[in-house]
Amino acid sequence: MTQPIISVRNLHKWYSGVHALKGVSLDFQPNEAVGLIGDNGAGKSTLINILSGVQQASDGEISMEGRRAKISTPRAAMDLGIETIYQYNSMVPTMSISRNLFIGREPLRASFFGIGIMDHKKMAAESVQAIANVDLHLRSPDALVGELSGGQRQGVAIARAMHFKSKVMILDEPTNHLAVKETQKVIEFVRGLKDLGITAIFISHNIHHVFECCDRIVAMARGEVVLDKRTVDTNMDEIMDVL
Amino acid sequence: MKRLLKIYLEKPELAALVLLVVLVILFQITSDGVFLSANNLRGILGILPEIGLMVIGVTILMIAGEFDLSVGSVFALMPMTMAVLLADGIPFFPACMAGLLVCAAIGFVNGYLTVKFNIPSFITTLGMLFIARSLTIVISGGFPPLLPNDLPNWLFTVFVGPGDLFRMSFVWFVVIAVLASLMMSRTNFGNWIKATGGFLPAAQAMGIPTARVKIAAFMLCSMLAGFAGMIQVLRLGSPLPSIGEGWELQAVAAAVIGGAALSGGIGAVLGGVIGAILIRVIDNGLVLSQVDANWFKFAIGFLTIFAVVANAWLGKRAKAIKVET
Repeated sequence: MTQPIISVRNLHKWYSGVHALKGVSLDFQPNEAVGLIGDNGAGKSTLINILSGVQQASDGEISMEGRRAKISTPRAAMDLGIETIYQYNSMVPTMSISRNLFIGREPLRASFFGIGIMDHKKMAAESVQAIANVDLHLRSPDALVGELSGGQRQGVAIARAMHFKSKVMILDEPTNHLAVKETQKVIEFVRGLKDLGITAIFISHNIHHVFECCDRIVAMARGEVVLDKRTVDTNMDEIMDVL
Repeated sequence: MKRLLKIYLEKPELAALVLLVVLVILFQITSDGVFLSANNLRGILGILPEIGLMVIGVTILMIAGEFDLSVGSVFALMPMTMAVLLADGIPFFPACMAGLLVCAAIGFVNGYLTVKFNIPSFITTLGMLFIARSLTIVISGGFPPLLPNDLPNWLFTVFVGPGDLFRMSFVWFVVIAVLASLMMSRTNFGNWIKATGGFLPAAQAMGIPTARVKIAAFMLCSMLAGFAGMIQVLRLGSPLPSIGEGWELQAVAAAVIGGAALSGGIGAVLGGVIGAILIRVIDNGLVLSQVDANWFKFAIGFLTIFAVVANAWLGKRAKAIKVET
């Protein structure tokens, strides 16, 4: 077996009195689409918040490509190549597509202590390319994200993650609040990640969506992993039973 | 063509700009041509930087999603701090720097409390409004100190330009406005401010230090307000403890008229500048048109509401214009 891209060992998380993660151990293989499912409060959001640097684990270890990793901020996760796409959308609606693509990682022409002049030309050119790469057809990189549909926004978020050469893409309920057609588009995006060699962790409580695009399914309940099987070896009934 | 129209309708400062042009024409007519005379322009441009500088800071802070009611008090506190130090024999530039440092500290406290304890900036800065005003009076000891005669007025208040049309303060104002505008549109810091005010969770998820961005915006806002206050005091020649009272709301009104949204993320420095010009123009134009000057506040109030409604309407029209996405 190849070396896992992310390896989580015995992860615990306590919130004031609540034991949200009870010793979770999981491996994510390179170029694999993993569906993470579970009811509300099952611990899946906690787990991905820890992987994306939003929260810290109370105990346990995370390794990235065999090396021990400390993910203390969202930025640290991004620098490791872990990009997260949230259900509420990690886009600022009042800003243009190209500005959104580069939030926090703007290409600078000159800088002083990290503050500098943005390279607008580069941003525009690269965002056109990034958007085209995910097969999204948008008028111009200067359009406001607020004018895009939910599915298009997720597309831009995915384009952003790909542009920054992420190795692992965490999609946290990306299909929530989307119309059927748009949902299908997002599922296609997730399928497409495989061809690009990107590991996808797809969180959803819609089992159908997970079955459609994932190689492996991990189910969580009450802070523990209760099922971890290849999609072809399991079925919806079995998963419903364990949840 | 449609696309161009859409782009312009989406500019938040458009409504204010149109209003400004209309009002200038109107006042020019009602004042029998006095309004645009060199003498009158000199009056308007001479005072404009004082509210204008304050508005620049308030606008940027509003884009960052916060709000500062203490600018009017800081406007008085900075020059008073400076005047007290000057009276103690400290030279102008150290005294001026000390005043600006006080402003920066106030901005830091405003920002730190707001971010750290997650309280509305309305509350923190309302408190600071009283605190800074009180400090101004306390350090003046009730009797404002006299300003020395050897101040560098040539740097701030002397008339310059063609036909002595404006004061040096106007040059400061233009330079700072241009720099602030470039900062918002050209630098990554401007991008962070917009993202922080536009949608905080997204900005945080993308790793922007949102707390520091907000605190920096608060500090910038206070320092610009203090600097504006210093210019007024140098113009008046005396540090009155009551200057700037009520200006905090005028500054917010100017920013809002210029298209800044109280909810953050939307607005432009240019819009705030236009808003500030509008306020000065109305103040002056009403007098020249021999309208009872007490209508001034009515006009500002009306304009604020009107501008927001007009912007909302224009935004809707812009959205309705279908162009290919």
